[in-house]
Amino acid sequence: MLDLIKQPWPWYIAGPLIGLTVPALLIAGNKSFGISSSLRHACAACLPAKVPFFQYEWKKETWNLVFVLGIFLGGVIASNFLVNPNGIQVTENLTKELAGYGITDFSSQVPVDIVSWESLLTLRGIIMLVGGGFLVGFGARYAGGCTSGHSITGLSTWQWPSLVATICFMIGGFIMANWILPVILSL
Amino acid sequence: MQPIVEEENEYAIRATDAICINESEQNHAWYGNIKYLITGILFGIVFIKAEVISWFRIQEMFRLESFHMYGVIGSAVAVGMLSVWLIKAFNVKTVNGEQITFAKKQFNKGQIYGGLLFGLGWALTGACPGPLFAQIGFGATVVIVPLLSAIAGTWVYGYFRETLPH
Repeated sequence: MLDLIKQPWPWYIAGPLIGLTVPALLIAGNKSFGISSSLRHACAACLPAKVPFFQYEWKKETWNLVFVLGIFLGGVIASNFLVNPNGIQVTENLTKELAGYGITDFSSQVPVDIVSWESLLTLRGIIMLVGGGFLVGFGARYAGGCTSGHSITGLSTWQWPSLVATICFMIGGFIMANWILPVILSL
Repeated sequence: MQPIVEEENEYAIRATDAICINESEQNHAWYGNIKYLITGILFGIVFIKAEVISWFRIQEMFRLESFHMYGVIGSAVAVGMLSVWLIKAFNVKTVNGEQITFAKKQFNKGQIYGGLLFGLGWALTGACPGPLFAQIGFGATVVIVPLLSAIAGTWVYGYFRETLPH
């Protein structure tokens, strides 16, 4: 049984479990599933700096910060007890393409060749880690939510603005992955 | 120094762009938050086990090389829709007996501009905000950098919010 759990879970197991987070949080305390809000609460708690957008009682949203702490702990538990020893299986096409950029380490779910402290000393590492993170935070708040708040909660409740946001997430992702990322990876 | 904000105004500010404004009328003890911690832990484990946090899986998704991520997101939305429908149909209450409410989202151009920028960042880091937390827990400690950067991005948005097109 444990061996089975240690294997990567198929989409038809993981997707429904992720979907169940929506009713779980609603029934637990009438909370809408959303993750990027936690970044806003962090700003409001640490550096509100008189910016109106951060002038609110963030303590009322403590549940959201506790929830993301849980996600972090889930990562700790999975990496210690449920880890798949075989690394990650990547499609042949992608493996070939990435090899061209010197990305050959498939031992972890993150590409160790880019996502490492050493890579912060390289231009492509800085663009991907610092620049990418910034776009995620800025874009999510500008859009009013991220993949969880818009694509999962928003679509689950039939909100058309969330469908617009989700389509734009995908367009941005396609542009980056297919046309911009290859240039950055070549740096 | 605590800013003086009227209650109604306070709600409006939090409601702006925030997903989570469903406020409880009751006073809950601190341990009421444990249920969110447990939900988060289970959610984080699913994230790791389904390799949703993987940069490689995200690249496969945006290159249309694998169905995995589409299956995960699609079935998550299907289960979410069904759950919300059941909650509404049977008027399900929270564990504390409170009414479950749904906030309506207003459309603004931010969903387009912000959505595109978010998409660029998603494919670059291979992570949306949830996986950032899970990746750090998973042992990729350097992901603290993109997380802090994402918080900085959120802050910069808040600072320039009034001047940005919405």
